[in-house]
Amino acid sequence: MSTTTVVNPSVQSETGSPRWFTLQHKLAPYLFVAPFLLIFLTFGLWPIVKSLILAFYATNGPKSNVFVGWNNFRFLFADQSFHRAVWNTVVYAFWSVVLQLPLALGLAMLLNQSWLRGRNFLRLAFFAPNLLGQVFVGVLFSVLFVPQYGLVNRALHALIPGFALDTEWLTNPAWVMPALVLTSLWMYVGFNMIYFLAALQAVDQDQYEAAMMDGANGWQQFRAVTLPGIRPVAVFVLVTATIGSFQLFELPYIMLNNSGGPDNSGLTIVSYLYMNGFMTGDLGYASAVGWVLALGLLAVSLLQMRATGTWKEGKV
Amino acid sequence: MRPQRRTSLSRALIVILLLVSAVVALTPLVWLVAATTKGPDDLFHYTFFAPRFSAQNYHDLFTKVPFLRYLTNSLFVTGATVIVQLFFSSLAGFALAKYEFVGKKVVMVIMLTTLLIPGQVVMAPLYEQLYHLGLVDTRLGLIIPGAVSVFGIFLFRQSILQVPDELLQAARLDGCSEFRIYWDIVMPVTRPMIGAFCLISFMAAWNNFLWPQILLHHDDKFTLPIALNQMIGIYGNQYGMLMAGTLVSVLPVAILFLVLQREFVAGLTAGAVKG
Repeated sequence: MSTTTVVNPSVQSETGSPRWFTLQHKLAPYLFVAPFLLIFLTFGLWPIVKSLILAFYATNGPKSNVFVGWNNFRFLFADQSFHRAVWNTVVYAFWSVVLQLPLALGLAMLLNQSWLRGRNFLRLAFFAPNLLGQVFVGVLFSVLFVPQYGLVNRALHALIPGFALDTEWLTNPAWVMPALVLTSLWMYVGFNMIYFLAALQAVDQDQYEAAMMDGANGWQQFRAVTLPGIRPVAVFVLVTATIGSFQLFELPYIMLNNSGGPDNSGLTIVSYLYMNGFMTGDLGYASAVGWVLALGLLAVSLLQMRATGTWKEGKV
Repeated sequence: MRPQRRTSLSRALIVILLLVSAVVALTPLVWLVAATTKGPDDLFHYTFFAPRFSAQNYHDLFTKVPFLRYLTNSLFVTGATVIVQLFFSSLAGFALAKYEFVGKKVVMVIMLTTLLIPGQVVMAPLYEQLYHLGLVDTRLGLIIPGAVSVFGIFLFRQSILQVPDELLQAARLDGCSEFRIYWDIVMPVTRPMIGAFCLISFMAAWNNFLWPQILLHHDDKFTLPIALNQMIGIYGNQYGMLMAGTLVSVLPVAILFLVLQREFVAGLTAGAVKG
């Protein structure tokens, strides 16, 4: 890199002597990373190391610690409600990702038409739900899902013959998960569409023409040109959407009145962590749950990258 | 069917599908706006807007609860976080992009590794640490741990890498100090990335729930997400007021998004598309 070149010392700098000028040039990178490094080491790296230790302690608030060995993990893996939380989270992640990605890609393909007018407005409209954080969406949808009067039930009742107006989305355990997945689709389809749209626009148009000359129909073009062209982005979206889904917390927590919902039907891993770690003051247990979540996420991401063939090429 | 007719038919289908999707995306938001303008009797009586306008919900929002206080708290915490993050991240990103120094590789590897670890892991020890520093239940406790963004550093490093070295070298020959190079040359050149980062960082801090919920105990320091959650517990059946609170909470993000829209989309997809 050319920045290692010695600076012309004969130039009188505005700030002082030539010696000072050379010195500040040498010190600059260290000074520039220093604030970041200081905060990162104190509030980023050290807590990570500390949480590994803390996971083996039972604590009662920040003041008292007792070493308990593997007990936190033993208790965790035996706890019925943790099993429920893991199951709920996996089911949610599965459905929300499986529905989200094709919808987002489909929407991006519809929008990626050169003749279409008002594309900017439509893109804005699809993205708009993402401007609301999960908490605000949770408050809004807890009212939209109200039985009898709520907008969701009214709309579905009008559109689908036989859909009961008094469907209890948030109080009937069987409906809680569908409610969460529906809400997540509303929030995130437009967000992921932005990625797919950018990827589609980067696909070489000549390839489509070549495919058309070979007589490929729409589906064949999609398989032969579009999918390979957007694959890196698709894998990126798949992995990040999955990681995000596994960390689901605010949405169900708010929609279900700060609980796991009826019969724990909306309890997720992170809500389990919050309720059993922080609300009880057991920071050790919270750390143990956190690490189980972290390792689980890592495993799922690696599996996905392997399954999509990204692993071999060594790039995401 | 003739090809001409087939094209216009498929185009019509595309437009219809897009419009239906747009309606699905926007309807809850329109409903939200409408709900804030209706009195309790009209709320469910009219699906969207009622013939008579009511300001009662907004009146309740700012008189029954100290909502202005929550709004100010959120603006302060988020504003401070964005400014500090922007400064530290761009500065470090600049150093990692344009300088060689001892330990650079190590720093980058450690940063990349921590990106893989979800935030929930550090919360317990972080709480313990802030407790010992006396920062529990303070706004400072929200700002300081979030003052650096590893994601932001990579974002800035990536965009500063594209600034030509000759530009920096020329400034050096003119006697610019390194900090002035950062301030007067690098920052203006990376302006689109600054816009994108500000919005991403603003949204993350503004919508943050779990950490303020853990750290803050007293009502007078609450930020909007936790204040709204508390309001549901107390005014759970006053939907109109809760919707007004939601709308006011969302507005600052919406305004910022409209201002920074172009930069945002570019910044969001920059890393992903290039792979």
